Amino acid sequence: MNAWALAGRNLLRNRRRSLTTLIAIVLGTCAILLFGGYSRAIQLSIQTEVVGRGGHLQLQRKGFYLNGSGSPESFGFEEYEQVIDVVRRDPELAPMIKVITPTLQFGGIAGNFSAQVSRNVLGTGVVAEDADALRRWNDYDIAFPASFFSSLVGTEPDAMIVGRGLARMLQLCVLVPGLECEQKASARANASAEDMPADISALSVDAQAATPPSSAGRNQVEILAPNVYGAPNVIRANVVAAQAQGVKELDDVTALLHFKQAQQLVFGRQKPAATAIVIQLVHTSQTPVAKARLEKLLANELKSVPLEALDFETLNPLYGQAIGMFKTIFGFMTILMSVIVLFTIGNTMSMAVVERTTEVGTLRAMGLRAAGIQRMFVCEGAVLGALGALLGLAVALLIAYAVNHSGITWVPPGRAEPVPLGVWVWGDSALMVNTVVGLAGIAVLSAWTPARRAAKLNVVDALRHV
Amino acid sequence: MSVAQLRHVSKTYHLDAADFKALSDINLEIKADRFTVISGPSGSGKTTLLNLIGCIDKPDQGEIVVAGEKVLNLNENALSDFRARHLGFIFQNFNLLPVLSVFENVEYPLIMSKMPAAHRRERVSSLLEAVGLADKRNHRPGQLSGGQRQRVAIARALATSPAIVLADEPTANLDSKTGASIISLMRDMQREFHVTFVFSSHDPQIIAAADDTITIHDGQVVGMTTKSNNVGVAA
Repeated sequence: MNAWALAGRNLLRNRRRSLTTLIAIVLGTCAILLFGGYSRAIQLSIQTEVVGRGGHLQLQRKGFYLNGSGSPESFGFEEYEQVIDVVRRDPELAPMIKVITPTLQFGGIAGNFSAQVSRNVLGTGVVAEDADALRRWNDYDIAFPASFFSSLVGTEPDAMIVGRGLARMLQLCVLVPGLECEQKASARANASAEDMPADISALSVDAQAATPPSSAGRNQVEILAPNVYGAPNVIRANVVAAQAQGVKELDDVTALLHFKQAQQLVFGRQKPAATAIVIQLVHTSQTPVAKARLEKLLANELKSVPLEALDFETLNPLYGQAIGMFKTIFGFMTILMSVIVLFTIGNTMSMAVVERTTEVGTLRAMGLRAAGIQRMFVCEGAVLGALGALLGLAVALLIAYAVNHSGITWVPPGRAEPVPLGVWVWGDSALMVNTVVGLAGIAVLSAWTPARRAAKLNVVDALRHV
Repeated sequence: MSVAQLRHVSKTYHLDAADFKALSDINLEIKADRFTVISGPSGSGKTTLLNLIGCIDKPDQGEIVVAGEKVLNLNENALSDFRARHLGFIFQNFNLLPVLSVFENVEYPLIMSKMPAAHRRERVSSLLEAVGLADKRNHRPGQLSGGQRQRVAIARALATSPAIVLADEPTANLDSKTGASIISLMRDMQREFHVTFVFSSHDPQIIAAADDTITIHDGQVVGMTTKSNNVGVAA
């Protein structure tokens, strides 16, 4: 009869009490694991979204991140192709890189003059195929809706994708289902460049020459932006899609256009530049290593270009805040559940010690050391805790499986469209092991005090106990 | 040859209202291989004396030697080990572990003394045979009668071949017929295993069966009878 078998039998003495305690541990384990799995699903979903838009790392001119949004054209760097070439050829970085592409960010005004509306925008020029490849990064196999992948691939050079909010504001009715602008849509059907104010029209003479003539049914807008000299420049763009950006503030200003088109708008006939080089890695876990290597390259081979490497967490403070919030809630919940388990097992073991005081006296009289008594009760706590935690793990995995296959959808923070509700417990071995071992450890800890009290009982008093 | 000696042993219980002197200047020698009864009225100090000989209680003053060891010099763990090696206990309420079978209850002290499994099985089987419970080896204590439980307790007490078996009113919870059979069994065991049995009891059946009787009253030894002068007050 070893200590564990004896512990098991002692736990079966009062089946109802042991079962109640076991249920409390199972519920605690389930709560921790399910919320942990839910947090993980959200974290990885947001991460996929963020990395799909801006990569894991970006090379930007120093100061662009903090000061560049006011005048992005001033922070452009012409050597972007040379930088990309150096990074691509680096033997350490090459195997880690999935996509590397230049982007150009600028601020401007978008106007739909046929509808007599305009709106300031945050424009980004992207290489369509690269942007498409970025969006398709899905290291965690998240089931995104098809609309997530709207892209500029295969579109005309003047094509543009805008945020849904921006499309709504610009009265681009056909792109936004449900938008009530029928009366304006009919007017826009006959729209032409004549609707544009004469001064704006004059500014866009060059741009119009480079773009196809407008036609009915095209969602045309004019983009006005300052060039490198601070003078306004205008291009005409054809909005091919409205894409939800997740955050309303972004949804209302985002405009995505072809890299060359953006360069023409900002730099005109000057030498074109990029404001950032976006680097997407095969796995997020490679980010610190890749960043360190990039910094080494920037300090040596690329020291002539004043660039800095920024990771996606720095570039997206909202990501860090959302993850931090979930971690805090998870931590709070874990502490709460641990305390419940601690007191439940502590109470169960205290009652067991009181009920078995005479037995403790008998065993001590027979020669069992105080440590042996303590071990006996601690073993019972450990068996209860380990069994409860393992059962909790099994139940949590079943519930997670059911939820993941239920087809329930929801809109996570930072997203505009519903995604399947995910509870990713399976596969997160750290979460599973830490929860089970942690709760079993807490069970041992909570049994420790009653067990010590039992071990310190006076033998004669214990034998007299009724 | 004495198996236990008590010299100038006193014990006082400090209760809330007042102190209670349980034993006062006790001097005793208990001879080996004897059937000894400590008798006296309730509250006379029988159980306290038995507890001191059993090394589960300590006197306020005096010296106790059990199986040649000055037990008051031993620390807590050494005292536990000493009890496991040299002493066996039989309780009024049997005090068997309810979650263990008859076999396992008798085996438990042997596990504590780290006896190899094969030897344990052999020893337990022979003891159960001796107390007439070989056919009940897989029963739980709850499935046995009072007399059968006390037989298991006797087998358990004898398992480690102790120097002394201490029994605190072992027949108090048994009817007279069962009590008589238990006394008879203990007597047989004492003779068969050559072990010293020390009882606290005022059961006339036990007193009649005893080799030696120590009468105690108000914490003092007031009389001793012996069938062969093996017990006496130490000088």
